[in-house]
Amino acid sequence: MFQRIWSLIIKELLASARDPQTRWVVLFSPPFLLVIYAFAITQEISSVTLGVYTQDRGVEARELISRFEGSPTFEEILYLRRDADIAAAIDSRSVDLVLRIGPDFSRQLERGEPANVQLILDGRASNAAQILAGYSGRIVQDFNEDQATALGVPTLTKVVTRVWYNPNLDPLWSAVPALFAVLTAIVGFMVSALSIARERELGTFEQLLVSPLRPTEILIGKAVPALMIALASATAMLILGWLVLDVPLRGSLLLLYASMIIYLAAIIGIGLFISSLAATQQQAIIGLFIYMMPAVLLSGYATPVANMPDWLQALNESNPIMHFIVISKAVYMKDAPAELFFHHTWPMAVIAVVTLTAGAWLFRRRVS
Amino acid sequence: MKDREPLALRWRRLTGLIVKESRQVLRDPSSVLIAGVMPLLLLFLFGYGVTFDPRQLDVALVVEQQSSETASFQASLENSTLFEVETGPDRRLFERALTLGELDGLIVLQADFAEKAFRAEGAPIQVIVDGGDPNTAYLVSGYVELLWANWLEQEWISRGRPALAPSVQLEPQVWFNPEISSRNYLVPGSIAIILTTIGALLTALVVAREWERGTMEALLATPVGILELLIGKLVPYFLLGLGSMALAVITAVLLFGVPFRGSLAVLILSSSLFMLCSLGQGLLISTLTRNQLVAAQTSVLTAFLPAFYFSNFVFEIDSMPLALRLISYGVPARYYVSTLQTEFLAGDVWSVIVPDLIGLGVFALIIFALTALTTRTRLE
Amino acid sequence: MPGPLIQIDQLSKRFDKGALAALDSVTAHFNAGEVTGLVGPDGAGKTTLLRLIAGLLVPSTGKITVNGLDPVTDSGAVHRIVSYMPQRFGLYEDLSVQENLTLYADLRSVIGSDREEAFERLLGFTGLAPFTNRLAGALSGGMKQKLGLACALIKKPDLLLLDEPSVGVDPISRRELWRMVYELVDQGIGVVWSTAYLDEAEQCARVLLLNEGALLYAGSPQDLTDRVAGRTYQIRHIDTDRREVLSEATKLATVIDGVIQGSRVRLVMAEGADPPNLAPLNAGLAAEISQIPPRFEDAFMDLIGGGFRATSPFANREDSAEHTMNQVVEARALTRRFGDFTAADNISFEVGRGEIFGLIGPNGAGKSTTFKMLCGLLQPSEGSARVVGLDLQNAPSKARGRIGYMAQKFSLYGDLSVQQNLDFFAGVYGLTGKSRKDAISQMIETFGFADRLDVNAMGLPLGYKQRLALACAVMHEPDVLFLDEPTSGVDPRTRREFWTHINAMVANGVTIMVTTHFLDEAEYCDRMALIYRSKMIASGSPDELKDRARASGMMDPTLEDAFIALVEQSDREREAG
Repeated sequence: MFQRIWSLIIKELLASARDPQTRWVVLFSPPFLLVIYAFAITQEISSVTLGVYTQDRGVEARELISRFEGSPTFEEILYLRRDADIAAAIDSRSVDLVLRIGPDFSRQLERGEPANVQLILDGRASNAAQILAGYSGRIVQDFNEDQATALGVPTLTKVVTRVWYNPNLDPLWSAVPALFAVLTAIVGFMVSALSIARERELGTFEQLLVSPLRPTEILIGKAVPALMIALASATAMLILGWLVLDVPLRGSLLLLYASMIIYLAAIIGIGLFISSLAATQQQAIIGLFIYMMPAVLLSGYATPVANMPDWLQALNESNPIMHFIVISKAVYMKDAPAELFFHHTWPMAVIAVVTLTAGAWLFRRRVS
Repeated sequence: MKDREPLALRWRRLTGLIVKESRQVLRDPSSVLIAGVMPLLLLFLFGYGVTFDPRQLDVALVVEQQSSETASFQASLENSTLFEVETGPDRRLFERALTLGELDGLIVLQADFAEKAFRAEGAPIQVIVDGGDPNTAYLVSGYVELLWANWLEQEWISRGRPALAPSVQLEPQVWFNPEISSRNYLVPGSIAIILTTIGALLTALVVAREWERGTMEALLATPVGILELLIGKLVPYFLLGLGSMALAVITAVLLFGVPFRGSLAVLILSSSLFMLCSLGQGLLISTLTRNQLVAAQTSVLTAFLPAFYFSNFVFEIDSMPLALRLISYGVPARYYVSTLQTEFLAGDVWSVIVPDLIGLGVFALIIFALTALTTRTRLE
Repeated sequence: MPGPLIQIDQLSKRFDKGALAALDSVTAHFNAGEVTGLVGPDGAGKTTLLRLIAGLLVPSTGKITVNGLDPVTDSGAVHRIVSYMPQRFGLYEDLSVQENLTLYADLRSVIGSDREEAFERLLGFTGLAPFTNRLAGALSGGMKQKLGLACALIKKPDLLLLDEPSVGVDPISRRELWRMVYELVDQGIGVVWSTAYLDEAEQCARVLLLNEGALLYAGSPQDLTDRVAGRTYQIRHIDTDRREVLSEATKLATVIDGVIQGSRVRLVMAEGADPPNLAPLNAGLAAEISQIPPRFEDAFMDLIGGGFRATSPFANREDSAEHTMNQVVEARALTRRFGDFTAADNISFEVGRGEIFGLIGPNGAGKSTTFKMLCGLLQPSEGSARVVGLDLQNAPSKARGRIGYMAQKFSLYGDLSVQQNLDFFAGVYGLTGKSRKDAISQMIETFGFADRLDVNAMGLPLGYKQRLALACAVMHEPDVLFLDEPTSGVDPRTRREFWTHINAMVANGVTIMVTTHFLDEAEYCDRMALIYRSKMIASGSPDELKDRARASGMMDPTLEDAFIALVEQSDREREAG
């Protein structure tokens, strides 16, 4: 029996390794994509054009503007002459946001009254708008404090924020573990989802079914090589993330690999399940797409899981990518307790058992 | 000289090809899945689940030593709709929950809170957040800072302390999307994703299938010209894409209340140009490979992922390094999403739309020139 | 008479620089108003030549003119007068019969009243009129070929190119295809028909015989056949094992070629050689040898230097069959329904140890369904299928290790090398250690894989693909071997090699189940079942089936004649109620 499974495993590995296009797509492109897209999904905004429209020429106004000019976020400052220019500049996206200072600004401050400034943001990029509002708020706050110190007026105590695990809130540190989980899933899906559909389309599947191989043996023989390939690709990503992106890895590699094997078993189970349902490769590819798109979007990779309504979060318990992103972040940054691993591993184990059993049952039935 | 056939006959051939392709499209469950089910699925997800919109944050308040001041702060924290608060005497009670992600942050009022709260130095209040999710970390600390400042100012005044320094208040206004609903700006991006999938993935698969099944060889042996062959493939998928776009727009506007402030003409024109770009990519891929598997992978890597990442869909191009920002100019989805966002939320802003349309047009021309050059009417 | 329709001068085609020429300076011509057969083993260059004529490939050197036009520079004009039917139909399987016809009518600019007239003519001509709304993918192999032909004929071409139109087509459909082609020829159309079946070459006015890219012969088939006149013999009344007689006979240097024809053995002798002495052949006392008329195939085998002569190493295998039972394969009232459609209806037969049993019948009659139920690939709706006493669908995997299976279409791993395929199947069938090494090296030696071990299976010529498939099916020394159209599209020489091996295995007690469309091949069977419209309408030895045709008044029928007579008889009985 082991002899038979072993032959199947060798065959699968050879088939992937011999074809240069498959080799590239499966083994080499994920680490490459990790590097490119890690930078793409960081949320720190840098090259921003700020529009400034001021009706006040006072010292305080000039001081406030110079602080915006000094910030590295606002790469370019565009001075607007008229109020009407604001709408034109925002509409045409020649500026990302506008700082608008009214005529009484300096006078109000000198009188010891609070003064308002407006920040006009572009809702077409709401995400960026929120982040830019935060940056601007900090600049204004610093300005206020310095003003108070200069006047020798007591200032309020401040909140001290301590950030665990990622003290500088480096977006790369959270992007890389999430991307790592998603790319590992994509490799696992691609290797497994096409395998049975391809054999069925080419007629080799019948050849396997008349051989002494049992359905469970075929299943193992399909799942194990997919697991090995995905693990190899994941290892390449881990090394690259460490060498090139300089993202620290603090947790236990042993726990990471142990949970990754369960994760991949779930992913491959889903892939093989889709593959046994599909009659052709095209159907398998489309089916995979239809599954993968929501699975990735709901995984917490792009937006926080906690933002979703409860029922969707409950549904998300069956999403292995969601679970593994939590584990991956925990290992990268936290050296988290074993409890966390257990909490997110058992749902994946259930998914793996269910999908693999269903897959074996399906391809036993769908022979003709 | 080569073709002296009457135009009517060539027209007949072309319509014959279009009818054939349309029949195949309608009969194939995968095209129905991609053009019909996928837009609804994506809109549904963005409508209900996948969102950046702020929500209630779970925090724990640690009060190391009870006092009237801590009670007052606790009350103002609990009255805020921003937070869902738990309270306890020791931070160690909650540290594990923070690590496990069950809490978004810890707010610690230190033992000397009552003494230090109104002095300029010292740190009576501390916020601990999980850097694993920087967005949430920023949100928690920002909200607490705001709440703290308000509470302190009120306490200050109620205690009759001397006046504070005048401060500048920032008033943010978000135009076009004042309630900052992420659905409103994710919808345009998802339309671009759908059209890319139909244009680049489905078309590449379909042409690869013609080679694999040998039907291409039979077609090439008929009087069909290369232009007819390309247009015959284009038209049905073009219409399928526009139909899918219409489905998405109608659902978004009617069911999810996403505003649409531009004009239909611009929507259709830009979608048509973008559809041409995607179809061109799909046809180009199919001229390079005749294997369905490779065609699928190539179109995912070269069309789908770039459209996802380099279009301002979920990820901000402005936040990327220069090299990636330059790459994004070569991604047609960038121009299309920009036009769509403007059309949906702002209206017909010509200074945005015209350059975008030019960008799409140039891209479509280049890709079709490449496709026409590489498409073979022979088997070699 | 005007000049030839196609003129070819010094035509060569190389796909890669330095590679062997697919066509090597071929000079030939094709006439209008006749069928020119393009015959030769696979890899001879037949398809390449057709594609060059159709303008789908560009010649490396040399020149082609079709009706005075150059297919490369005037491809538009050539495509208007040439119809080409590629090997794989070129039909859209997800479109209906009518929709496929409509598409080609549009592409070939058949409009107005011509259009309806053409549809009516072609649907009548092909007998597809009742099926216009059926999807092309749901048609049987023969009907697909007829539809392919109809699509190619939607506008009457000057030249019709057919690439192996009869592969996978049953004898009845094959005759219908020929009938249709003759009608076209009568209208003055030039037809080029490429085939690996040599009985078809006899029906052509002229043949071009290609081998490894070179033109070996051009002329009428009769002229070639006449070259072996007086050298063809048949041994009759053999009362020993005819397979052994054949094996002994082909060891003689004077015997060019030998095949089994039912209970008889057919031999082609070398030029000037006398017929062999029967005594050393161990044919039995009643045996006699007599001269019979030559066939084109005899001449072909003579031209390419004779058949496969080596002794099969399988002859030396020990009789390893574990069982002693006589009924190795047993089908009992085997029935399979797909919805309302009954694909196999109450089929029963038994096959004994060391027997070759054939399943024959038209496309879509239920052969494959029956075959799949026997191998355990399909669950019977009723009845039972037993192999070595077990139902293979639920049998322990060890039982499946006792059968070998060679599928109809090539179903090995195309992206693995020959060596890797052999390794894989040896492993899957549980061969280990020395027995694995020995089995693999025996296969390499037997089938001549030594210098192709690193080639990807997909890149092998058809004959080698089939050899590899057979090797993978027999490596583990199965007791029962299932062969589903094993030599479809394979040239006669390779076919003889196959049967040499199969006969050797049978001699050692291996049981063979085989399906075929090629009735010359069915002559090798001990017994066969004829399946038609889901039912078994006849069974018996080839001679018994021929006798039944003789009973209905036919003189010296071939097995194909018998097949057609039995099917027609069944049709009459059914109509009579």
